[in-house]
Amino acid sequence: MPVKAKPASRAGKVAKKTMTPATKNNTLKLKFDTSWTYAPAPESKSAAIINKQYDLFIDGKWQKPLSKTFIDTINPATEEKLSEVAVANEADVNKAVVAARNAYEKVWKKIPAKERAKYIFRIARMVQEKARELSIIETLDGGKPIRESRDFDVPTAANHFFYYAGWADKLEYAFPNRKTAPLGVVGQIAPWNFPLLMAAWKIAPALATGNTVVFKPSKTTPLTALKLAEIIEEADLPPGVVNILSGVGSTGDAIVRHPDVNKIAFTGSTEVGKMIQRAIAGTEKKLTLELGGKAANIIFEDAPIDQAVEGVINGIFFNQGHVCCAGSRLYVQESIAKTVIRKLKDRLESLIVGDPLDKNTDIGAINSRQQLETILEYIEIGKKEGAEMYQSSCNLPKKGFFCKPTLFTNVAQSNRIAQEEIFGPVLAILTFRTDDEVIEKANNTPYGLSAGVWTDKGSKVFNMTKRLRAGVVWANTFNKFDPTSPFGGYKESGFGREGGLHGLLPYLSLKG
Amino acid sequence: MAVAKAITLLPDLTAVQAGFSLSPHIDQVGVEERASRFTKRSIKNETKRNGLLLTLNMIDLTTLEGKDTDGKVKQLCYKAMHPHDALPGLPTVAAVCVYPSMVKVAKKALEGSGIKVAAVATAFPSGQAPRDVKIRDTKYAVANGADEIDMVISRGKFHAGEYNFVFDEIAAIKEACGNARLKVILETGELGTLDKVRRASDIAMYAGADFIKTSTGKIQPAATMPVTLVMLEAIRDFYYKTGKMIGMKPAGGISKSKLALHYLVMVKEVLGEGWLTNQWFRFGASSLANDVLMQLVKMETGMYQSANYFSVD
Repeated sequence: MPVKAKPASRAGKVAKKTMTPATKNNTLKLKFDTSWTYAPAPESKSAAIINKQYDLFIDGKWQKPLSKTFIDTINPATEEKLSEVAVANEADVNKAVVAARNAYEKVWKKIPAKERAKYIFRIARMVQEKARELSIIETLDGGKPIRESRDFDVPTAANHFFYYAGWADKLEYAFPNRKTAPLGVVGQIAPWNFPLLMAAWKIAPALATGNTVVFKPSKTTPLTALKLAEIIEEADLPPGVVNILSGVGSTGDAIVRHPDVNKIAFTGSTEVGKMIQRAIAGTEKKLTLELGGKAANIIFEDAPIDQAVEGVINGIFFNQGHVCCAGSRLYVQESIAKTVIRKLKDRLESLIVGDPLDKNTDIGAINSRQQLETILEYIEIGKKEGAEMYQSSCNLPKKGFFCKPTLFTNVAQSNRIAQEEIFGPVLAILTFRTDDEVIEKANNTPYGLSAGVWTDKGSKVFNMTKRLRAGVVWANTFNKFDPTSPFGGYKESGFGREGGLHGLLPYLSLKG
Repeated sequence: MAVAKAITLLPDLTAVQAGFSLSPHIDQVGVEERASRFTKRSIKNETKRNGLLLTLNMIDLTTLEGKDTDGKVKQLCYKAMHPHDALPGLPTVAAVCVYPSMVKVAKKALEGSGIKVAAVATAFPSGQAPRDVKIRDTKYAVANGADEIDMVISRGKFHAGEYNFVFDEIAAIKEACGNARLKVILETGELGTLDKVRRASDIAMYAGADFIKTSTGKIQPAATMPVTLVMLEAIRDFYYKTGKMIGMKPAGGISKSKLALHYLVMVKEVLGEGWLTNQWFRFGASSLANDVLMQLVKMETGMYQSANYFSVD
């Protein structure tokens, strides 16, 4: 942009020129596509080492899969192959469970709790030391913006290890007057939206409570979990305490059905959650499920509007909307609906969609072609249902899986886009008139993972939050996570809690 | 509130100013979070160079001291026109900001340069004087050739809830300004909460401000990104309600280029293209210019030069 010696212009003239009659205000528009643009600022890939091929991490060693099968994992932003990873079959799973059982009986159960803590602290520190590499790989493999991997996923993952390391030798204080005992071998299955963070959520409390682990990352995003396996190897954890098996749906199924697994922890879709529940019915296996959601984010007319708008944006567009607790249903009080929608549209225009490795990118790539197709299908459904669609005017990259940030206004409670989980950057906006009406509508869903309330009135915050049937309710903020805070759902969003003191419980049996 | 007065002074706004509306609530935690997001933008290469040139062109180069003399002001004016002649092709700053007694000197020194003379008036910086004194102060500065008037609001009255007083005073000063553009200093460091910053912004804009400005530079804290964000959002809401653009001037405490670029990011993402010019956005600063020059020279030569290579005035 040329910047010349530009004298400030005459006052009077300016005022007249820019004064528009009030009646034409609806046509006013701010221009966010400015001549001062951001130059590309890509994070360098060279700081990340990705092997050509990954085997299975079983019994402290990298082992060839008995299945002899490998699958590609690609970069969803370029559709290029990053690596290929082993697919664990039933025999591989069995090998891992046997290793975990041996490690549990011979080592992990016997060592003092403070020794367990030592190993977990070591993993935490190594995750921090390798933060840059882990962030880059997370972004390459999953498509999320580097800003999020760098500032959220990886540091929060390290924090989970730190937090649970602290609990390892203090379990008697977590549950006073009760004796705690580990469960044994736990099978854990993680989703693709926060690959490393979900590994931390699951592995850290399991180890702290004295269990051994068979962990399976998602098919589309296995790399950071395999990097974590390298860290665990380097941290010198006793062989078999943590086994990491890449694979596909049938791998998870084999873990779920293995008779020597004492507990299953699953995060993923409600559909698969129900299958797991059926599969283990009649066994002694314990189970925690963290499933889907369709969170209501409620803006009252007395809310801090600009901050609420920002919270709504973060609530739905964080991680391209691939968040089970995403605020995907927005309820706005009718008196402020026009203002809020205008502000949301403006904010949409300043979101940068593109190369996930660019430090300025706000919205990266959709995780997989399959997920992109699902999202686009829902956008079509929304249009057919008669809702009004608004999309950012941004240009999408030619290659890779991308979706414009999308709003739907004039949405009805009965519309599918207001009822079903889309798991993408699509917000359904509904309006309401009274407090009772919005509580009824917000709770009118089979899910109950999270919700948000925006009001400047303290008493209203407490009144509303206690009436919302959701595991996490945020007030005047959204999508805030901390290792000390439990997370989990009501109804079809699952059961059991992860994080905090409550997150220890699913990995323990309490006696006495 | 001061609605009735607005109707009489600015009849063209009557249609849009709802009688029962209040300034929206502001949540400080949310504002701080949003403000810090702007600092995460990576500004490199041409973006950085253009941002630095734009920053230089938006500076109100300021001297507001009891010990100001003609000599000091003349030197400052030369610097305003020739920020760093060793690097050709640089823009000038936007304005020179002085006390009313120095307007004549500055005006003469800047003649023909296109650089504006801004005068702080209305019993700057405290504003603790009767209204007729403030009006005379303003008229004196305008009569001496000031292109812009930087007034302070009566913070005592504002805290006492006398919003009508504050509103009427701004409107009266605006009238005294004639053709000069009016910048209204809220002195946000004395207001205490962001809710009050927002309310003061709304009062100033409806009362006729051409610009709203954070601080005098005499009180800490001066300009901060959260305060500026609240004011930019007030400007955006006012623009949508009335179609009238209002300028923004953060002042005090912005002495580093990197911080100035964060501010530009904020303007770009809150108000967009229209405000990315010195007509609608200014930095009130004295030491920022040299830091910008130092960065520009570094971009040109690849090396940082010591502060001694840049003239202090």
